Amino acid sequence: MAQATETRKRPRGKTQPAASKAQSASKQRTIGKDQLLRAYHDMLLIRRFEEKAGQLYGMGLIGGFCHLYIGQEAVVVGVQMALSEGDQVITSYRDHGHMLATGMEARGVMAELTGRATGYSHGKGGSMHMFSKEKNFYGGHGIVGAQVSLGTGLGFANWYRETDRVSVTYFGEGASSQGQVFESFNLAALMKLPVVYVIENNKYGMGTSVDRASASRDLSQNGAAWGIPGQQVDGMDVIAVKEAAEAAVAHCRAGKGPFLLEVKTYRYRGHSMSDPAKYRTREEVQKMRTERDCIESARHRLAELGVDEAALKAVDDEVKRVVQDAADFAQSSPEPEPSELYTDVLLEA
Amino acid sequence: MNMVQALNSAMDVMMARDDNVVVFGEDVGYFGGVFRCTEGLQRKYGRDRVFDTPIAEAGILATAVGMGVYGLRPIVEIQFADYIYPATDQLVSTAARLRYRSAGEFTAPITVRAPCGGGIFGGQTHSQSPEAIFTHVCGLKTVIPSNPYDAKGLLISAIEDDDPVIFLEPKRLYNGPFDGHHERPVTPWSEHEAGEVPDGHYTVPLGRASVVREGEDVTVLAYGTMVHVALAAATEAELDAEIIDLRTLVPVDIDTIVASVTKTGRCVIVHEATRTSGFGAELSALVQENCFHSLESPIARVTGWDTPYPHSLEWDYFPGPKRVAEGLRRAMED
Repeated sequence: MAQATETRKRPRGKTQPAASKAQSASKQRTIGKDQLLRAYHDMLLIRRFEEKAGQLYGMGLIGGFCHLYIGQEAVVVGVQMALSEGDQVITSYRDHGHMLATGMEARGVMAELTGRATGYSHGKGGSMHMFSKEKNFYGGHGIVGAQVSLGTGLGFANWYRETDRVSVTYFGEGASSQGQVFESFNLAALMKLPVVYVIENNKYGMGTSVDRASASRDLSQNGAAWGIPGQQVDGMDVIAVKEAAEAAVAHCRAGKGPFLLEVKTYRYRGHSMSDPAKYRTREEVQKMRTERDCIESARHRLAELGVDEAALKAVDDEVKRVVQDAADFAQSSPEPEPSELYTDVLLEA
Repeated sequence: MNMVQALNSAMDVMMARDDNVVVFGEDVGYFGGVFRCTEGLQRKYGRDRVFDTPIAEAGILATAVGMGVYGLRPIVEIQFADYIYPATDQLVSTAARLRYRSAGEFTAPITVRAPCGGGIFGGQTHSQSPEAIFTHVCGLKTVIPSNPYDAKGLLISAIEDDDPVIFLEPKRLYNGPFDGHHERPVTPWSEHEAGEVPDGHYTVPLGRASVVREGEDVTVLAYGTMVHVALAAATEAELDAEIIDLRTLVPVDIDTIVASVTKTGRCVIVHEATRTSGFGAELSALVQENCFHSLESPIARVTGWDTPYPHSLEWDYFPGPKRVAEGLRRAMED
């Protein structure tokens, strides 16, 4: 097998950051004050955005499904800090946070949630289906696990084009059981494709806890049969996520093939908006919120680093302004014209 | 009972009668199903008979086939019909063909339940009506109930049937007979006579349509949610329409269709699924083949547009009573 892999391997691009750099520094809390403040901003933006989306849903301005990311913000913000311009991101349907983290406009995301013509998919995609070529965001996908093979394909394209780009392919612990996930692992390992698989393990696939749905007790080792290295990460700690992601990305950029991160996280809200929440106790949720919240701990750390209340308040105010602006923009945008129904089914002649 | 309770009752009745009946799928056990159709069954029958599976539709379905071959009667839930595609390989290549290729020695007596259809702002991955994909596969039966009484009786028939049955549940009908008037609240099933569902065992046979409203002017062929939309449309258009609820698409009740169209001389076919190669195309061909000399006007189809199900514009996509009434008037013009 090793030989076959060897013959298929294409020459790598020129930019190859040393794989060991981030790994060796991983114990040293490799984050500066400004960077952490930025991460705090990005996490808070996602939190406030999602809270606003929840409000708009309650007001009937968002319909159908709406999967909030509240509680998991450190995952996408931490990973994003490890990426470079041009790296691709693809994820499932709990996708609002990923879009904001890649730099997509809050306005366009909120407008899509509310089904407006100014949304990223002109209102036709909704909460689960948005894309941005400009920001290298390859979607929100509504079918559980479907994006994992797509992300593998992005990895192939990077390899084929001899770039040093990395595909970051997110999925949940629920999706980790889908057959095509394992098919993708095999292919990616066989061809040494630059894909960082990120399992966001928030413990519950809808109402089914991971130990009821997977015999694997360490999802980071789910690629072991194909020799894919994996690591478990504390997903409530943005710095830990960033460091682990840096090592994983470096592994891929060095041409060593895929890497699997299992990020242990937690969603505070229901799976979607109607969730009987009978599958976990209120105490469990409360404990995570009060003891492990990623934003609160970043705030504490910033205070320790000497960032004063005024600076934190400035971030809070800025985030609040952006989110309110997004909500106002969405609500004042028109719904798409009925003729929009028939556009983009196929390429029009 | 509402439709959720009726379906739950059907599975309960069959599990009590037959140890071979097992229920499994995503979130169906501990959680009781995303639409609550399996609520309480795990508590009552235990985790060996009602269990949660990993999210892996191909595996869920194929495992059911294996169980069925060895004499069990698995009922699997695919959480949304939109999620069934990973399992279509095993449905088409194995479940549907096992009887034929073993010369009848083995069969796949499985029932595959899946909520279908739109009307809940589910967008393109939670709203589809994929029935025509299954009706095209010989060796599968396809059932779509339109009310709680039929849902229970048909589901029991499906479970007792020795062949694989795709049992599509219009999710917009779970709580009441939604007639397409989304601006009004739906009347609950408790106020509808089809909500009167016996507790015990009974069947509604597969392959038998139901004439839900008799009429002389025009025949409407519908199933699922569209039965109620057609009823509203006929009333609003003030036409003496005969409305047939097909209930089973394969095998289809051709006798009831032919008798009605021969009487009325006109036919409108209604479905929520996209138009091209939809089940309406098959129905149209059947009516033409069997009733050509009785037809007084071209057969009309009122369907979803040939587009993915949009998130926004849902009611522009959905073939509501206004569009169905237009179809009825069109059929009456010539």
